[in-house]
Amino acid sequence: MTTGVRWTGRSLRRFEDPALVRGLGRFVADVADQHRGTLHAAFVRSPVPAGEIRSIEAPPGAPVLTAASFGGIRTMCARLDRPDFVALETPVLASDAVRHPGEPVALVVAGSRAEAEDLAEQVVVDIEATRPVLDAAAATDPAAPTVHAGLDMPMGNNVVLDARFATEGLDAAFEEADEIVALDIRAHRQNALPIEARGAVAAHDPATGRTTLTAANQMPHMLRTALADILDIGEAELRVVTPEVGGAFGQKMCVPREYVALVAAARLLGATIAWIEDRSENLLASWHSRDHSYRLRGAFDRRGMLLGLDADIVCNIGAYSNYPVTFGVEPLMAMAELPGPYRLSQYRVRSRAVTTNMCPIAPYRGVSRPVLTLAMERLMDTAARRLDLDPVEIRRANLVREFPYAMPTGLPVDPGSYVETLDAAVEALDLEGFRRRQQQAAAEGRYVGVGFSVFGERTGYGTPAFAARAMEITPGYETVQLEMNPSGDVTARIGASPHGQGLATALSQLLADELGVEPRHVSVVHGDTDTTPYGWGTFASRSMVIAGGAAKLAAERLAAQLREIAAHQLEASPEDIRLEDGSAVVAGTSVGVTLPEIARIAHHSSHLLPAPMEPGLSVSATYDPGGTFSNACHAAVVEVDPDTGHVHLERFVVIADAGLEVNPMIVEGQIHGGVTQGIANALYEELVTDDDGNLLTASLMDFLPPTACEVPQIEVTHLQTITDASITGAKGVGEGGAIGAPAAVLNAISDALSPLGIEVDEMPATPARVRELIRRAQPTTTGGRT
Amino acid sequence: MSQERVELTLTVNGERHDVRVEPRKTLADTLREDCGLTGTHLGCEHGVCGACTVLVDDEPVRSCLMFAVQCGSQAIRTVEGLADGDRLHPIQQAFWEHHGLQCGFCTPGFLMLATSVLESRPDIGDEELREVLASNLCRCTGYQNIITSVHAARDQMRS
Amino acid sequence: MKPAAFEYHAPRTVEEALSLLHEHQDEAKVLAGGQSLVPAMNFRLARPAVLVDIAHVPDLDRIEATDPGGVTIGARVRHLDLEHNTIAGPLGSLIASTGRWVGHYPIRVRGTFGGSLAHADPAAEWCALACALDAEVHCRSASSERTVGAGDFFEQMAFTTCLEPDELLVGVRLPRLSDSCGVGMAEFARRWGDFAIVLAVTAVERDGDSITGARIALGGVAGGPVRALNAEAVLNGGPATAETVAAAAAAAADEVDPTGDIHGSADYRRDLVRTMVTRALDQALA
Repeated sequence: MTTGVRWTGRSLRRFEDPALVRGLGRFVADVADQHRGTLHAAFVRSPVPAGEIRSIEAPPGAPVLTAASFGGIRTMCARLDRPDFVALETPVLASDAVRHPGEPVALVVAGSRAEAEDLAEQVVVDIEATRPVLDAAAATDPAAPTVHAGLDMPMGNNVVLDARFATEGLDAAFEEADEIVALDIRAHRQNALPIEARGAVAAHDPATGRTTLTAANQMPHMLRTALADILDIGEAELRVVTPEVGGAFGQKMCVPREYVALVAAARLLGATIAWIEDRSENLLASWHSRDHSYRLRGAFDRRGMLLGLDADIVCNIGAYSNYPVTFGVEPLMAMAELPGPYRLSQYRVRSRAVTTNMCPIAPYRGVSRPVLTLAMERLMDTAARRLDLDPVEIRRANLVREFPYAMPTGLPVDPGSYVETLDAAVEALDLEGFRRRQQQAAAEGRYVGVGFSVFGERTGYGTPAFAARAMEITPGYETVQLEMNPSGDVTARIGASPHGQGLATALSQLLADELGVEPRHVSVVHGDTDTTPYGWGTFASRSMVIAGGAAKLAAERLAAQLREIAAHQLEASPEDIRLEDGSAVVAGTSVGVTLPEIARIAHHSSHLLPAPMEPGLSVSATYDPGGTFSNACHAAVVEVDPDTGHVHLERFVVIADAGLEVNPMIVEGQIHGGVTQGIANALYEELVTDDDGNLLTASLMDFLPPTACEVPQIEVTHLQTITDASITGAKGVGEGGAIGAPAAVLNAISDALSPLGIEVDEMPATPARVRELIRRAQPTTTGGRT
Repeated sequence: MSQERVELTLTVNGERHDVRVEPRKTLADTLREDCGLTGTHLGCEHGVCGACTVLVDDEPVRSCLMFAVQCGSQAIRTVEGLADGDRLHPIQQAFWEHHGLQCGFCTPGFLMLATSVLESRPDIGDEELREVLASNLCRCTGYQNIITSVHAARDQMRS
Repeated sequence: MKPAAFEYHAPRTVEEALSLLHEHQDEAKVLAGGQSLVPAMNFRLARPAVLVDIAHVPDLDRIEATDPGGVTIGARVRHLDLEHNTIAGPLGSLIASTGRWVGHYPIRVRGTFGGSLAHADPAAEWCALACALDAEVHCRSASSERTVGAGDFFEQMAFTTCLEPDELLVGVRLPRLSDSCGVGMAEFARRWGDFAIVLAVTAVERDGDSITGARIALGGVAGGPVRALNAEAVLNGGPATAETVAAAAAAAADEVDPTGDIHGSADYRRDLVRTMVTRALDQALA
């Protein structure tokens, strides 16, 4: 090992992988199947989107639990403290009304999942179906059914959030404009679709009176708090463990009512009960996502400068609120961040959440940003075409170049490389060469196009940012407890809860550099409320920034302690001690003491410690930053088959700036995965219901995640703008891929079809939709030969 | 309702497993619950995602679409049988080296699919290999590093 | 998503299988590769009380030459074996190129030709191929035996054939195609390996530049596979030119009466018929 080696910035192979490639990773279903005597639960679910429950009849003596069995359980209700917010209560099991298809009505328990399903089929739920309301716009009609009858809706029928913001000069900006561009953007309903669906095992231990919930979840501490609150028990009676989690993407962030029911059932029956969600349940009644509509008007001068932006945003949030972040996150994030990286002084926005008889919505990778980025980037391209400007030039003209910058809503944007990433994308694409090829292709009757998407990804925001949303439960900070054991190995206990991101490896690299040890001597403990400090978990591209920052702060404290002990031993000054290669050495000399030696002293010869130092080597630190912005430019090159509407992705270029990259391999993997989900959202995935609310895309034959054949090579270039918004220099990168890709793809399709005057503003841009646009634009197109 | 169980002998990774299962129990569930081999994962239970892919007589099979009673004397291989003691199989090593996995849930299925195709067609070309790998779904990696990993394993296994 | 309970039988002879089907009638389902039946059972959309697994019935896994160039395909010949078939001439090529489109590799490892025909998904590749070539479907019951032309085998209702509950599809005869016959297969699906939205299978016999016998079958446009008879009429006797192809494709788009679903409207499918027929004929006439 060479002296002074730096681990940060290296594409170190992940410590997580050897067990996973051997099939030894322990996921929640494995916990269920490895424990002898586990009972299995199945839920009886509503077959209709809306109705009144008349009766629930179970076979005599069958272990069927209904709301009545759980007398005294509270409803789930997360609140925002704002006057324009209507809180929605979610019962753990429906008892009087059902409000979306697949809503859980009863829970049955049997020796195997197959037998539980047999039993569930025998439970007869008599529901008097009522007329559902499925579409958000229709739901606001005063004549539409009210999803939560009896609830006061002062802002309009089914309107549960109506937020507004306006600057004073907006109307004047529109009067001044040379061109006003109006667009309607529609993002249909999707499913985050982790390959492992949700699931949990609740084990009640009569000896201790404690219940352990092992769950596929992103926020174990929050889940424990929520369970305790809803079940009205102390948190000490509960332990939440998140084992290996098979992807989450937001779907495993919020508290599912099924987990609450499972814990209640385990405590009632004194048993170990597993519920492993199947794909059918997952598509129907886990959290859904997106389902936003934007009506947008942009005021431009003839040089393409954006003078004003006027937006009306409607989010169909389904039948209930999620817990704890609430449905408010969708419209409020859309409202706050819509202008993105474009300089703008005049902005007016109205952003609503509307409840319907659809499955509830929860955050999904990017939350509102894939859609707001789509909206802004479609606006830029449409304006460029109207004003006969180049799409790159209109962006260059409007992108923020000077920092710090504040969005019209006051949101601060720290330094980034918005123009630089765009320029790099232009170069990576050889845009001039592409335009020549595009002309040749056009001469051959082929439709190729390029689309750009420039965006900022707000990441690593702590308590103040969440508090700005007026959340009753306000997330934000992370704590890391760090200790060195007598062997000199380091253990970091974290409140973040990684589930595939490789955070344990990346944190080991970061800590290794701070402590002068090799990463293999650092282990990271996460996902167990009994053994980790309270924290908020892993979501919102926050873990490397916030848990990483806390780890760095903790490491600085531990390093100071190690230096002090070494200095005492070596009769030197702590300032002269360097921690490197597993030793503490006096700078410029070979005089030193190994870290295991120091650790032994701290634990086993504490009388040798400098006074007044306490025995042991254990520190803790918390980090709660204000937030930062990663940024990127995505560019897609497509060819559209005008006869089938099929979009072939030829190239996908990403110029990404996530600040300091602790492990570039992991960063790139996040981008690959995010972009692929963005492509999926842009072209393939859509939850479709019929007019009666029946889900028509109830299997993976109809809800279509792309395969290796649909995803192109993703060409990633890295820039690293380091700002002091993050003490490690790292910005988050988990969501950016998914945020930028849909806009790049839809812009590319629109560019390809620009000879036909087609603008594509609806995602997914399925072949049938694209073909329909072509048919309308060119009624004589007959289809046929390629 | 539950039904009489049948006695079966399965040969998994060269080891004999005597099990008693209902006829309706899939091979996937039997491997997981009765053989203690939980490396085979279930992602969709309708044959689309491929997370449950195992090898039956060296060919890749969706174990959610096969009942254990159908197995007879066929040799079953699962992800647990790939490594040779502490030594990872070249395909496992390649996935580790090239970041071919993130959450690791779909990984066993991809490893078995890739093992089968590389054993039977060591000279398979890139395009056909991509088509084969399109059999399974991954939600984390965007497939790029999976493809890179399998290419690397192909080269390793050829040499 | 676990199937309802069933009784399992693995007969060792055709007679034994037929006797089980006779005994259990429509309570029973034949299990071959299970790649369509088992998903339906896992969703509990299909819940047979009895499964008759024909995996151990001998001789059903063979591809046998019947007359020069023609073949009989046993009921449980796998998609994979057809994809890599050694049948000579255009018939072999058409079967191989069609087989490549059936599902994904692991599905082709288990799934069978006979199973696909008996399942009768309106968008299935083999059903369209059987329809295009006027395949003869050989069905047996405990008491009878009959051969049904593909045109009569598929009912024009999805997933429905003329098979009686006690009948087993034992094999399918495909006729010879002349060495000069041109063949083509075009399919449009959302993703690689998906069922088609629309597919076209063609076989075109020519005498020099003149088309003497054209066959076009379409999948995904009706309850079962259908022949594009008007399009065939346009081709027959016509010159092998792009204009003829365009006219035939237009005729095919006119004569179908598809319904819309989540993947596309009726008009969209009609557009795809025109495009897929054009592309399949281009291959056949190349």
